Amino acid sequence: MPLEKPYANIPGTTVFDADQSRKGYHLNMFAFSLMKAPNRERFKANERAYLDEWPMTEEQKQAVLARNFNRMIELGGNIYFLAKIFATDGKSFQYAAALMTGMSQEDYLQMMINGGRPEGLKKLSGAQHG
Amino acid sequence: MANITAGVASSHVPAIGAALDLGKTQEPYWAKVFAGYEFSKRWIAQQKPDVVFLVFNDHATAFSLDFIPTFAIGCAESFAPADEGWGARPVPVVQGHPELAAHIAQSLIQSEFDLTIVNKMDVDHGLTVPMSLMFGQPQAWPCKVIPFAVNVVQYPPPSGKRCYQLGKALREAITSFDQDLNVQVWGTGGMSHQIQGPRAGLINKEFDTNFLNQLVNDPETLSLKPHIDYVREAGAEGIELVMWLIMRGALEKQVKEVHRFYHIPASNTAVGHIILENPETN
Repeated sequence: MPLEKPYANIPGTTVFDADQSRKGYHLNMFAFSLMKAPNRERFKANERAYLDEWPMTEEQKQAVLARNFNRMIELGGNIYFLAKIFATDGKSFQYAAALMTGMSQEDYLQMMINGGRPEGLKKLSGAQHG
Repeated sequence: MANITAGVASSHVPAIGAALDLGKTQEPYWAKVFAGYEFSKRWIAQQKPDVVFLVFNDHATAFSLDFIPTFAIGCAESFAPADEGWGARPVPVVQGHPELAAHIAQSLIQSEFDLTIVNKMDVDHGLTVPMSLMFGQPQAWPCKVIPFAVNVVQYPPPSGKRCYQLGKALREAITSFDQDLNVQVWGTGGMSHQIQGPRAGLINKEFDTNFLNQLVNDPETLSLKPHIDYVREAGAEGIELVMWLIMRGALEKQVKEVHRFYHIPASNTAVGHIILENPETN
């Protein structure tokens, strides 16, 4: 019997469940490894070579190289793990969130100061998907 | 005997820690956040807790996907601030209370809450940011801390009801410890926020306001709120709010609300903060 997923229809949202976790195990464990400074150095020196040390899929590696966080999430990435990637780049959660919504960081910052996503709980329209 | 005197809840946004560590607290954007904690710092200086039982979630820092404990209690002598990828925060090492932690672990497990016991753990912003907000930037933290990590990384986290019930068992555990200690229970995380995918930036002030009101006056009903309501209405990461119910469950039915603060935004998040005192027991 498949897992029950009452959260599957929430727009613009991927819930990190057991299926995603299984799919993203190596991607997330790669990101986790970046919490050690020497690993960050090696990754920055040659991203592709570092990624090739991990049994990730080619799609996952490409998404990392392109810093396409929506795609990484689709491929099993979890945001708290992926945070180690943008932290390694010296970027903040707000930078990454803006990127995932397809907005400039300035526009995103202003949207948050104005009280957050204006369409609230209504269905998203026109947002970038991957 | 140990006594639970108060509960504190607060968001634990990492950018708040960064703003503090980089000396940006006077910038208008951040000053509005820190202003909400001025009362709290004075209050806690008077309260002088001996121990804080601090409920937080690990953000893929101490626990990778290799181990995902639903409830984990920190029983170590001390806990170092973690390097989350930016380098460790320049904050003091957190001193634990292994004796009380072991007593709580035994008591909760015998009350059928099957905890994971952790004897070595670095603590991330989920724990250190609330400490900074409440205590500022001291050379050493003025109290001991028992870190209590709740899984909210991989779905499903424990239910609100389970967290609330655990809080009640926690009250029994703490108050049966035979040392005179002033103990506070903190719940952290939230409020509404989503930091992933195209819906990032979601904030729901109405949800948050209702949550705060119910937390104070009707936690029993609040504890029945299903996960899906949090995820849909408070954002994928708003689910962290279930942790506040552990704090509330550890307090008496009637509590005194001594402080409340709500502000949008800090980075991607609505900041919520509340202080609840137990009635005097003397």
